[in-house]
Amino acid sequence: MASDTHYEKYKSDGSIQGNALEWFDARFPATSMWRGHLSEYYAPKNFNFWYFFGSLAMLVLVIQIVTGIFLVMHYKPDASLNANGVPVAFASVEYIMRDVSWGWLIRYMHSTGASAFFIVVYLHMFRGMLYGSYRQPRELIWVFGVMIFLALMAEGFAGYLLPWGQMSYWGAQVILNLFSAIPLIGNDLAIWIRGDFVIGDATLNRMFSFHVIAIPLALLGLVAAHILALHEVGSNNPDGVEIKSKKDEHGIPLDGIPFHPYYSVKDIVGVVVFLMVFSIIVFFAPEGGGYLLEYNNFIPADPMVTPSHIAPVWYFTPYYSLLRAVTYPLFGIDAKFWGVVAMGAGVLIFAFLPWLDRSPVKSIRYRGSIYKTLLTLFVIAFFILGFLGTKSPSYAFFGVIPGAPIAQLLTAYYFLYFLTMPWWSKIDKYKPEPERVTFK
Amino acid sequence: MSNDCKVDCGRRRLVVATAAVGGVGAVVALVPFLSSMLPSERAKAAGAPVEVDIGALQPGQMMTVEWRGKPVWIINRNKEMLDTLPKLADAVADPKSGEKMQPDYCANDTRSIKPNIMVAVGICTHLGCSPSSKFKPGAEEGMADDWLGGFLCPCHGSKFDFAGRVYKSMPAPTNLEVPPHTYLTDTRILIGEDKKGA
Repeated sequence: MASDTHYEKYKSDGSIQGNALEWFDARFPATSMWRGHLSEYYAPKNFNFWYFFGSLAMLVLVIQIVTGIFLVMHYKPDASLNANGVPVAFASVEYIMRDVSWGWLIRYMHSTGASAFFIVVYLHMFRGMLYGSYRQPRELIWVFGVMIFLALMAEGFAGYLLPWGQMSYWGAQVILNLFSAIPLIGNDLAIWIRGDFVIGDATLNRMFSFHVIAIPLALLGLVAAHILALHEVGSNNPDGVEIKSKKDEHGIPLDGIPFHPYYSVKDIVGVVVFLMVFSIIVFFAPEGGGYLLEYNNFIPADPMVTPSHIAPVWYFTPYYSLLRAVTYPLFGIDAKFWGVVAMGAGVLIFAFLPWLDRSPVKSIRYRGSIYKTLLTLFVIAFFILGFLGTKSPSYAFFGVIPGAPIAQLLTAYYFLYFLTMPWWSKIDKYKPEPERVTFK
Repeated sequence: MSNDCKVDCGRRRLVVATAAVGGVGAVVALVPFLSSMLPSERAKAAGAPVEVDIGALQPGQMMTVEWRGKPVWIINRNKEMLDTLPKLADAVADPKSGEKMQPDYCANDTRSIKPNIMVAVGICTHLGCSPSSKFKPGAEEGMADDWLGGFLCPCHGSKFDFAGRVYKSMPAPTNLEVPPHTYLTDTRILIGEDKKGA
């Protein structure tokens, strides 16, 4: 019996600390978890710049949770009007900004953190696409990751309603009305989600509940699943070759180095650089020129008047473009329903990448020109769709080239990129992968 | 573990049956939680009719009142505005108000009880934004040169005429909703009820 426990594995050296650790390890897998996930988790030694963003995403998650805890101490999810005729929720955010000690800093860290979260997650996802990190045997890591991305979008949406400004209100009005486009059950579903026949106090309160409890819990669980799955199969690397196939006599990968201290120290460098950029935005440009905090959201929600230009906050705009690109009814169902389908499919289609990619190699370093060209075009399309999503549907480039048909063209490309991948990833030329990782 | 009855199959069946009954119980337990998200009794009871005095509303003017949390527009259409309606019969998607977006007594050419007074819910039938008024004909308010006046939804560009009829090929699928309303006197409208006391 006793030989099966960690008690036997981590014997005390006789010192007081050693005895305490031995006592602890016999009751909780502290040392074995430390070793399995940090000091004896062997990661490929050739990680580059792109490998900062996973740990940075964790850092931003912590920033959001900590700042969120302190914001909830002062924020009030209440749509009723106070004595001055201002919605209580809106007034409580103003109160945090003006009267709570350091409240402005905590709130700007939280609002900047939301944008930072999406930046690091988009870069983290792009790293996966560069080096084929989603390929067998890492499919589940990737699928958990797509679920994290979805949860993050839901979290961002719910959080954006809370300040109860004009953009909060009308953005939620548009997005929640999308559900009413679903045939048969749509209207009842939209009413169920809103909790009222119009967006109001009931909607604000439930979005607050989702934003501070339901979705963060789901996010933490998914992040744990993401990391456990990663540590089960081991990290990919910029060469896309398996380091576990070449091991030394102790069973340690020849090209692996312990995560701690090597990558924990490397990631601290990333954290320092990230915090420098983050601080500059928090202190000098928290509104980000209207992209991080939209100007119309400094006006209290008014159910009677829609602002003359409404656009989602920047991290949703590529998907908002997909939504708007569908303008034709199909199979007798409204165009807006198909717009919703396009937007949802645009996110979920990432989850199928592991099975769509048929290339014999994983990393872009050994892929042919077809992959490099189409991926570059995909990134360009993503950026232009994002840009057009911030503009009104009648926007024209230089005042002459209409944006709407371009968004439709790029939407078609977005989906064709994925749907035709099984074919072109197979016929693409490729270079032979090296036996071991390359490292200068 | 194959099913060759190394385990007691009778007990195994009971275990499965117990788990199934427990599963049904767990699903039923969801009902109160999911139902709690529906509009409450108080939310359902809200939505009383609204009485409006339109005595001061001059021809060509519009006013907005709140009914059930939504903006309701009352437009006193002048002659030029009314004259645009027949001209647009081919440009709008549902000129005869065939879709049931209005009470039967408003399914006419002007979509109103009195020809000049238009009452409509100012919520775009696409995704629920409130269209902006663009009453001046032509390009003066940023519209096309042949614009006759009406409403433009700022969110997705749907256009409506002075009777709330949607133009063809717009994101909005139907005309604006005309709420049930009735005239209490010549200048007092009750929005939300067809007839007084009904």
